Order: sequence, then C-alpha cells, then structure tokens
Amino acid sequence: MGKMISFALNGNKMAVEVKDHWTLLHLLREELGLLGTKEGCGSGECGACTVIVDGMAVNSCLFPGLEIAEKDVVTIEGLTSPDGTLHPLQKSFVENGGIQCGYCTPGMIMSAKALLDESPNATEEEIKHSLAGNICRCTGYVQIIDSIKSISEGGVEEVHVVAWKNKEKDE
Amino acid sequence: MQDLKAVGKRIPKIDAVDKATGRVEYIQDIKLAGMLHGKILYSKYPHARIVNIDTSKAKQLTGVRAILTGKDIPEIKFGVYKDNRPLKTGKVRSYRDEVAAVAAIDPEIAQEALSLIKVTYEALPGIFDPEAAMKEDAPLVHEEHKTNILKMPWKLHYGDVETAKKETAYMVENRFSTTWVTHCCLGTSGAIAQFDNTNNLTIYTNTQIPSLAQKDFLSALKAMGLRDKRVRVIKPCIGGGFGSKLDTYAYEYLSILLAFHTRKPVKIVFGREEEFFATSTRQPTIMDVAQGCDKNGKLLFRDISMVLDNGAYTSWGATTPSVMMMPITSLYRVPNVRYEAMCVYTNNTYSQAMRGYGNPQATFAIESSMDMLAETSGFDPMELRRINANQAGDVSPQDFQITTCGLDQCIDEVEKRLGKKTPKEKGVGVGFASLIHVGGGARVYKSDGCGTIIKMDDYGKINLFTGATDMGQGADNMVAQIVAEELGLDVADVHVIHSDTDVCPWDVGAHASRTTFVAGNSALGAAKKIKARIFDMASKQLEAPPEILVMANRMVMVKEDPKKRLEIGKLLRKFHFSTNGEMLMAEYFYDPENENLGRDFKGNTSMTYTFGTHGARVKVDEETGKVQILKYVAAHDIGRAINPILLEGQVYGGVMMGIGYALTEQIIHEKGEIMNPNFRDYKILTIKDVVPIEAPVFETFDKDGPYGAKGIGEPGCVPTAPAIANAIYDAIGVRIKDLPITPERVLTAIKAKKKLES
Repeated sequence: MGKMISFALNGNKMAVEVKDHWTLLHLLREELGLLGTKEGCGSGECGACTVIVDGMAVNSCLFPGLEIAEKDVVTIEGLTSPDGTLHPLQKSFVENGGIQCGYCTPGMIMSAKALLDESPNATEEEIKHSLAGNICRCTGYVQIIDSIKSISEGGVEEVHVVAWKNKEKDE
Repeated sequence: MQDLKAVGKRIPKIDAVDKATGRVEYIQDIKLAGMLHGKILYSKYPHARIVNIDTSKAKQLTGVRAILTGKDIPEIKFGVYKDNRPLKTGKVRSYRDEVAAVAAIDPEIAQEALSLIKVTYEALPGIFDPEAAMKEDAPLVHEEHKTNILKMPWKLHYGDVETAKKETAYMVENRFSTTWVTHCCLGTSGAIAQFDNTNNLTIYTNTQIPSLAQKDFLSALKAMGLRDKRVRVIKPCIGGGFGSKLDTYAYEYLSILLAFHTRKPVKIVFGREEEFFATSTRQPTIMDVAQGCDKNGKLLFRDISMVLDNGAYTSWGATTPSVMMMPITSLYRVPNVRYEAMCVYTNNTYSQAMRGYGNPQATFAIESSMDMLAETSGFDPMELRRINANQAGDVSPQDFQITTCGLDQCIDEVEKRLGKKTPKEKGVGVGFASLIHVGGGARVYKSDGCGTIIKMDDYGKINLFTGATDMGQGADNMVAQIVAEELGLDVADVHVIHSDTDVCPWDVGAHASRTTFVAGNSALGAAKKIKARIFDMASKQLEAPPEILVMANRMVMVKEDPKKRLEIGKLLRKFHFSTNGEMLMAEYFYDPENENLGRDFKGNTSMTYTFGTHGARVKVDEETGKVQILKYVAAHDIGRAINPILLEGQVYGGVMMGIGYALTEQIIHEKGEIMNPNFRDYKILTIKDVVPIEAPVFETFDKDGPYGAKGIGEPGCVPTAPAIANAIYDAIGVRIKDLPITPERVLTAIKAKKKLES
C-alpha cells in the first residue's frame, strides 16, 4: 500500500507516493536517488543515516517514510549552497581532519547541525551527548570534536569553499 | 632546514570536500544497468555434514535469476592455505560457512529466496578451544590436513635462552591472552562483478590489495575455464580498511560466479550483522612469556610461546606470528630470544589482518611483562625501558637494521607529560608501554613495490596514477604533497587517481604502514624524472645549465637569479606544440631494498622502523571495576610528518581503537556462534568515550624515507592495551593479563587480591 504525501526536501516542495514499509532512508536513497545519506547498520546504532526532520536529527534507517508528510527534511545534499559554498560545519570538518574514510561524515555533520541550530554555542559535553549515536572508527572522534567546537566556540570565519592556504596551527 | 611549501603542511584531505558533501561513491552507492543483487546463505551449524540442499522452491520465486550451491561451482580455492571455497561442499566448518548464493532482481527477493532453500545437515562435534584442538583425539576441522595444527613452523631461537635463564638475576614468567576483535568499518563489505561479452571481468570491490586481488580473481577465472582473460579491479571509495580488506573473500567470488551465471552485473553488499559474523577478526592468542634481566637491568632473554586460534580457514591471520617476531626480537635490546607459535584450526570464525598485524597482541604480553620484571628487579619501569632502549645503528637479533630511532625521546616525553610514578590519589595510576613497528615497507611478498605514473597537461597540472590505496588514511594527500613539493606546484595541481587496476600501476597493498614510505618514494621518483626533463627543457630556454635551476610557485627559475624564470605551463606548451612535439609523462616503480625473512626468520624486513611510547593515567573505581582514562600520551618517532593533521588523525584513531581493544571490545563466541553481532553489544567506543589524548611526534628524518618519513598507520593501536594494563596495576595493584580489561575482570582480580591478603 502506498500513499501520496507532500513534504519539503532540502527546501524544495515534493509530492511522492510512499509505500507503507519504506523507511526514510529507503525513500531518500532508492527512490529519490540522494546517495549522500549512508546506511551503516540499518538498526539505529551508528547514525550514518542521520538526516534532519523538522529540526530534529533522526536515524533515517528507522524513520518511517510516511511520517515526513508536511514536514521539512534536510539531508547532507541540502547543506551546500547552489554555488558550491560549504556549510560552516562541512568546511570545519574538512579543515580540522574530521574526515577520514568519510562514511560516517554525512551523519556526523547532520547530527552536529541539528545540535548547533538548537544550541549554537554547544559545549564539548553537549557535543558528546548529541553525537553519542554517531559511530566513527577512523578518527577516534578527536578531530570531529575539534571540527564542531571550532564552530560552537565562535571560530567561524567567512565561509568559502577552498579555504585552506597551508594554514598553520601551533603544535 | 629546507623551506618546504607542501610537505609538512596541514593540508586538508583532498577528497574531504566530496566526502563532506556526500558526493563520493562507496560500493553501497554504485548501481550498474541491469544489476542484480546477491545474497548468501550461511551455515546453521559450526561443524556439520551437508546431507542435502534443496533449492527447488527458491528457484520458483519470481525475480530469482540464479541459485548456486557448492556442487554448481568449479574448484575455486582461496586463502593463504587455499583451504577455503566460495561455497562449501561435503561439510561446513563454522557458522560463517557459505552454503548457497542467490541472485535476484532486488535484495528483498534474494533474501526471501534464501529462506526457501532447505539444507539438511548432520551435526558433527565441534572444537572451539585451540588448546583442546591440538590434542590427538580432537575432532578434525580439515580431515585431509590430518591435524588441527597448521603446518607453519613459526619458530626461532637466537642466542642461547637456556644459558641466559641460568645467568639471569631477575625473571618473570606469565600467561596472557587476547580475544577476537573486529575492524568495524562503517562502510560494510561489498562487491559488484560484471563480465563483458568475451568474459573479461570488471569487479568493483572494497579492497586494500587491488593488484593481489586481481591475481586471485584471475585464478578464479581460470578455475571457471576462462583462460587468458582480463580482470579489472575498481576500488570505490572505501569506508574504512584497518586490514579487513587485505584478502579476497567468498562474497567476492560469489559475485563473480553469480555474474557469470546470469550474464548481469551482480552486487553483494553486507548488512551490519553479516559484517560482524562473516568477516574476519584479529586473531585471539594465548601467550606464555618469560623475560629476565641482569642485576643492572639489562635484558638477558625473552622466551615466548603462543597458541593462536586460526578459526576454520586460513587467511593472513595465520601469518601474524611473522610480525609478532618483530617486537619479540627487537623491542628493546634483548640478546637471547626464543619464540614459537602454533596456529590451530577450530570451528570458530577465521581471523585476518587487523591494524598492527599481531603486534598489539605480542606487545601487550611483552610490555605487561616488562612492568612485572621492573617490579621484581626493583627498577623503575621507565628506567628499565631506558636501560634497554634501542638505539640508531643497532642491528637486532632478527637482523633488523635500526637506521633512526627516537625511542629515548619518546620515553622521556611521555614520562614528562604524565609525571613519574609518585605517591598519589587512591585508585589513580600511570602506566607506559613502547612499540616498534615496520616504518619503511615490509617485504612479506615477493615484491614490496609500488608504481607511479605522472602525466602533465599543457597547463602544468598533473594526473598522478598510483598503486597506493586510500581508505581514508590520506595516501592521496601524501603523494600529492610530495609531488607538489618536488615540482614547486600547489597540492591542488596534483590530481591523484588510485582506484583502477586498468590505469594504476602495481602495488602490493595498503598494509604494514608502508604506503607513506613506499608509495611516497615511488611518487617522489616519478616527480624527479619529470623535474629532470623540465630542467632540460628550461635549460635551453633560459640558457642556463640544469644544475642551477629550481622549481617553485609553478615556475622554473635560476636559483640565484629568480627573475630568469618560465611559467611551467608555458614551457610545456612550447615543447608540446612544436615540431617533433613532446608531452611530459614519467613512470617510476619503487621497490625498497628490504629483505624477505629467511628460513631462520632473519632479514631486514623494513628499510626503517617506527618507534613510540604510550602512557596512560587511569582512575580505577574499586567498587565497580570501571577504568577511567584521565590522560593519554602517545609519542612517536615518525621520521617526518608529511601532513601533521592526517598524522594526528592516524594516532588519535589508532589510540581509540587500542583503548577499545584494551577495555571494551570483544566478539563473544559461544560454541562458534557470535553472540553480539552489533555495535552496542560489541561495545565499540563512542564519542562519549573520548579521552584527552596528546600526540607528540619526533622527527628523526630517516635517510631512506620520502622527505625522511616513516609509516604511522598502525602504531597508534599497538602499545595501548599494555600501557593501560600497567596503569591499572600502578593504580590498584592488580594485574589483568587477559583482554579486554572489563569491569568484571577488574573486580574479580580485586577480590582475588583481597582474599590473598586476608
């Protein structure tokens, strides 16, 4: 059984027939072709599939597709400006070593965005609390925390894409 | 010091923008026209005879395109011992044994088809304890092998351990053990196989060994009767490696076989549970260690014997004793060494390479034992290590030539940052452990080489084709930074292609922390050839001999007279668009002058060795047994940091993986069955478990390394567990000799200690 629903996807209004058993992850990846959202476990443990629904970070692998009716859905594809300008969090993950294999990255960034949208000056404790459901095996999380903190602690400079010019940091 | 523009800089990972925007393609994201989906039916028993497989019902399911069982496929053998087949016939030897495979038009139908396959088994007694499996009357995992003990003679004896034991002033002797842990790559395993009309194979697969995988797949084609065919291996973006992709696996062969039978591309991608139970682990060990020193604290001998649980089949896990030999013979100066290891077949899951390749297990035993020796002999643990520290110029008993060695500096630095053992707060303690690892390649195969091709366009931009594999660690940056440095270009001018055996040269694989050293030297060699040619060209234009030219800021110029210069693109166009035109291309194959181990296991396996010392300050709650790490310091001698931000990422990631190994992670087996195939029960560390980590580095500028660099991929997780175990002992006086150090184990040890005291 399916149902026609309307929702906003990355700011664009959509009307799509959604089957009862589809998860939001299935809808995004298999039906709408948005492959930026990843499946890491399919059971809500790893957070790789995190997207934002009406301001809340959710595991799209568990979230019923039909539940997005009349809601706002933001995925990793929705963060970058049409001219390619990265969202400050994307830029910060790039510059602070928050990305290695990258498989957890879209989910990490979406969880971090949901947090900072709600609480722009989130503390390290709040960051750890909010991202506890996002697993990363490469980075040991250290540079992920750095990436988010550099935004939440007000370190955002102007946002532009190719931001690195051999920026030196103190050891 | 040279003034470097690209090497040594904190340049973000080249593919990070694509990863941050969700644009890169992992195997999960690749769809080919007409692609079918494959699923695998696994055994229901750890050890059983296959009596019958009935696929008739499954075949009738709409949407099913092919069903294969062991009887339908040719004799494809794989694994180090060639003791494994993509689908089992006769009997199954573990729960992860592949019994049948299905290709269908979508994954759900393939899954449903699996449930319709009826397999009749006749259960056999299983063997799950490697020591029991060594007994003569134990059930045999492979009858034709006659015994469960693998015929791999891991045995060395340098000097004279027995005499040394008699001369020793202090000696300790203990048993340690480690259990199964697994890689937990966020991107699960997967492959897509596709044949062209004349049966040439293209396979998209997550692999760390594209060239060796190509060879394995060629053998499979041969077994399928397809001779003289081509195999093209394409690596999608890899969602984590850590050694898991260092072999070829049943699912890859099954995607090939299903694609061949259906004439369609077939994709097999693992779910998370499957990733836990059907991929290979780090090998569990039982380790008996004896060490002794004289009254001055000089190590006299080290005597170690081990039993490794090989599981039901043989992958690279069975060869980890060859790497364990490295810390056993060469971590600290130890003149007399004896080592013996036996790998034993059981009906458990089979093990593979995992970051450190045996070194974390061996170092856990050695460095725990070092602290026990320190206590027995009355030496301060760090002092004992200083007395025995390796030095540049040493040749170890295994013939390892220590070219550069920053071990002393690492020991001092960690001690400085954590403070000496002093009277302290209740339940708080510090512990240390050091490491040696290959840092300049590792000749474990006939070649330890890597090729590079550089192609320059008319505008001075580079396409660089490397054999190296990037799986997130930053191999792409490393080669780009080295080439940009050598040719005076921006890193962004170097586009690195590392994903396709049709265009990239040969490489033995992303293992042994070898990529920076070997692929880096290979890229450097190719860049030098390009540079020589550019100097040649420019020399004519600038009317200056090549020797006085330099490249910088995308220019070639006279060093002492920088006004005499040419823009590189302009120079290239001039030579391209003239009579007898020329375009710049160069190839270079670098194979280090390191040695294969001989029959006596001696040989300088690596051009250089990476050293490091880790230390932890912990707080142990004696009521709950919970261990909290207050501060962690991981100091390494890395030769040269090509990119500090990526280097730190390797250390932080390695340390956190090591902390998981020390304290929480384990695959729980019950009679061969994995009881916790999910992140939560496996107890992978989350962001909440992050501890304060400091990662000081010492640059010793190795003469053979590219710009002096050594490898750093694995060391981060090597001495973590013993550093923590030693800190726990310092804190509460209990010695945990089995990993992981769970609160239950700590509590049991506390109770035992109290009982002993009362």
